[in-house]
Amino acid sequence: MLSRTADHLFWMARYVERAENTARLLDVNCQMALLPQSAGAAINGWKGLLSISELSGDYAKRYGEITARDVMNFMVQDESNPSSIVSCLGAARENARAVRGTLTTEVWETQNQTWLEFKRQLATGGFQEDPSTTFEWVKFRSHLSRGVTMGTMLQDEAFHFLRMGSFLERADNTARLLDVKFHAVESEFFGPANGSAEGDREGHEYDFYHWSAILRSVSAFEVYRKAYRNVIRPEKVAELLILRADMPRSLAACMNEVVGNLRMVANEQSQDTLRRAGRLRADLRFGRIDEILSTGLHAFLTQFLERVGTLGLGISRDFLVPV
Amino acid sequence: MSASFDEMQAAPGLVREHYAAYERWLARQPGDVMRSRREEAEVIFRRVGITFAVYGANDDGAGTERLIPFDLIPRVIPAHEWSEMERGLRQRVTALNRFVYDVYHGQDIVRAGLVPAEQIVGNAQYRPEMIGVDVPGGVYSHIAGIDIVRAANPDGSGSYYVLEDNLRVPSGVSYMLENRKMMMRLFPELFSQHRVAPVAHYPDLLLETLRAVAPPSVNEPTVVLLTPGMYNSAYFEHAFLAQQMGIELVEGQDLFVKDTFVYMRTTRGPRRVDVIYRRLDDDFIDPLAFRPDSTLGCAGLLAAYRAGNVTLANAIGTGVADDKSIYPYVPKMIEFYLGEKPILNNVPTYLCREADDLQYVLEHLAELVVKEVHGAGGYGMLVGPAATKAEIEDFRAALLANPGGYIAQPTLALSTCPTFVEGGIAPRHIDLRPFVLSGKTVQMVPGGLTRVALKEGSLVVNSSQGGGTKDTWVLED
Repeated sequence: MLSRTADHLFWMARYVERAENTARLLDVNCQMALLPQSAGAAINGWKGLLSISELSGDYAKRYGEITARDVMNFMVQDESNPSSIVSCLGAARENARAVRGTLTTEVWETQNQTWLEFKRQLATGGFQEDPSTTFEWVKFRSHLSRGVTMGTMLQDEAFHFLRMGSFLERADNTARLLDVKFHAVESEFFGPANGSAEGDREGHEYDFYHWSAILRSVSAFEVYRKAYRNVIRPEKVAELLILRADMPRSLAACMNEVVGNLRMVANEQSQDTLRRAGRLRADLRFGRIDEILSTGLHAFLTQFLERVGTLGLGISRDFLVPV
Repeated sequence: MSASFDEMQAAPGLVREHYAAYERWLARQPGDVMRSRREEAEVIFRRVGITFAVYGANDDGAGTERLIPFDLIPRVIPAHEWSEMERGLRQRVTALNRFVYDVYHGQDIVRAGLVPAEQIVGNAQYRPEMIGVDVPGGVYSHIAGIDIVRAANPDGSGSYYVLEDNLRVPSGVSYMLENRKMMMRLFPELFSQHRVAPVAHYPDLLLETLRAVAPPSVNEPTVVLLTPGMYNSAYFEHAFLAQQMGIELVEGQDLFVKDTFVYMRTTRGPRRVDVIYRRLDDDFIDPLAFRPDSTLGCAGLLAAYRAGNVTLANAIGTGVADDKSIYPYVPKMIEFYLGEKPILNNVPTYLCREADDLQYVLEHLAELVVKEVHGAGGYGMLVGPAATKAEIEDFRAALLANPGGYIAQPTLALSTCPTFVEGGIAPRHIDLRPFVLSGKTVQMVPGGLTRVALKEGSLVVNSSQGGGTKDTWVLED
């Protein structure tokens, strides 16, 4: 297939996935903001969200002070922010439009309809009235987009590039989500940093709500209970979202998909990219959570994001914009 | 202007036979049903993304997407009229292809004294690069769109006239196909009551045509469609046709030429391309040969083409035959190349480059339609009866400054067809563009695209100027 076509497909899938994960992230922050907490803690949540998305600078330039309302606007409907949901859905639709002949009618119409409907929701104030419903809707449109791809597309190269885009983006986004606490309170893992006078008890409570919110944001709260039959423990949550290959949003599951689809499209120049992807997957498959935690979760996630970034560049170089 | 011919009614209250069943059905439909069908159609077109981009900036900003208004009332053509038209189209397009071949080879028709040499070599669309180049099957215009109108005769009957030949990159066929799909979706019962000739096999015929004109040494040709990109007004059509034919939709940046062969960049390395259905004007197709500032084409394409290693559809240089200044000579071409009487009428045309004609035109500006020889899309024309005094005087000045740049024709009262407008159902002027495919043989699907001028009294059907479209039914006997 045309390299340019593959590029559009890859990015179409990435943008859909990113829109979904941004909605998840915002939703979890809204939920957290409902908990009794100091104003400072609530602001820290929003600050962390901007920080893991690497958007703190852009936000500060446009809005200055951090408020829940402005961060939501910035992340949902600000077209000057390339990672906002409206930008992602627009970019997904533009990419789809550029290759609509390669997509099935259903896939294209889903993409087009999502964009039209989202613009309508913003214009009619549906989002401002009820952000939660909008986030839920964005998630379901993303499910629909992937489902319609699975259900109607021929499983040829086009399909593999779409899947690769989805899962590479998801690997990136799940890793950032796991790191959110570090960015919010600059605490490595347990409890808030610079432990307050109340000490452990308060920290423990914070942890429970934080980690269960993370689980909810990736639709994994019930999954956790089912898999561990245990109370919410940070190290188990981390294990579920990093190493469990049967958890569809975990880093391990994402890398399985990336490697599988990469193999299907391998060409003469892609050996090195395939090797890097395989190695990253092996690290997850044979890794142990206590090892990861002993070197530090934040350090691990930072390194993971770098490796995923390199992988993305490799895929671009080998397939999408070959010299 | 004389009264126009109405496609549905021979006289008030007297419905033509081929419309009788439809008219009875329409009379039974409550108004709100038709209105809701119309809304439904719009929602579907928007969701499917059947839009066209509007040129230039406007209030909504540049690059907006619009729907072409779709009218629910079909234009119906009885079988006997279509079979006559089809014969005429086949004849006309065959002669036009022979003419283009002749232009770039011996110019027999010039030597026979039928077409003045300067009309050819002085034409901006004449491409000396094509002299002596042999194209597969001698076919130049593989896809031709012939614009046809019907005008009233003094006795009340109607006659078809060819208004214009489009031999470069005619568009609109996707609307023909989508309009039919929409009608079948909205009104399935109508199709069980009428024997409407199908059109959905057009992409098949097109692919067959394109494969048939591949370079002769190629067994399994790779066919691609070359588009200027997603911001082109006809992008939807390009994507649609590529998808329907299962061929790659490429942009100039996807192609490169090496040792006079054309390749596309794929995820598995370079791949040879044998036939390019290009939806890009000559000027932009190869920056080395034509406009050097074009980023839409592919450098070296002309050289590969001249070497016979790739086929372009349509060929380079077909514009020399669809120019308005060449149009008056088409009936003579038919007689010259085929030895036949023309089946389709030409509209009588005054060539302003000739002194007598110019004189006449200047004296009758208020009655005539004056067109720029190289104009397209309904721009650069004067419709005398509808123009203001000032517009007429402006045109007079332009004409005197450059007589060779204009032709003039009597104002034809284009036929009308009942159409849904704000105030209900009212007659609006229409034309017809059948699409004629020339490969190994000449083929076409019955009918074509009917365009309708939605403004009352307007004769301009172009979508860029407020025109809409209708489904076109050829009724089988």
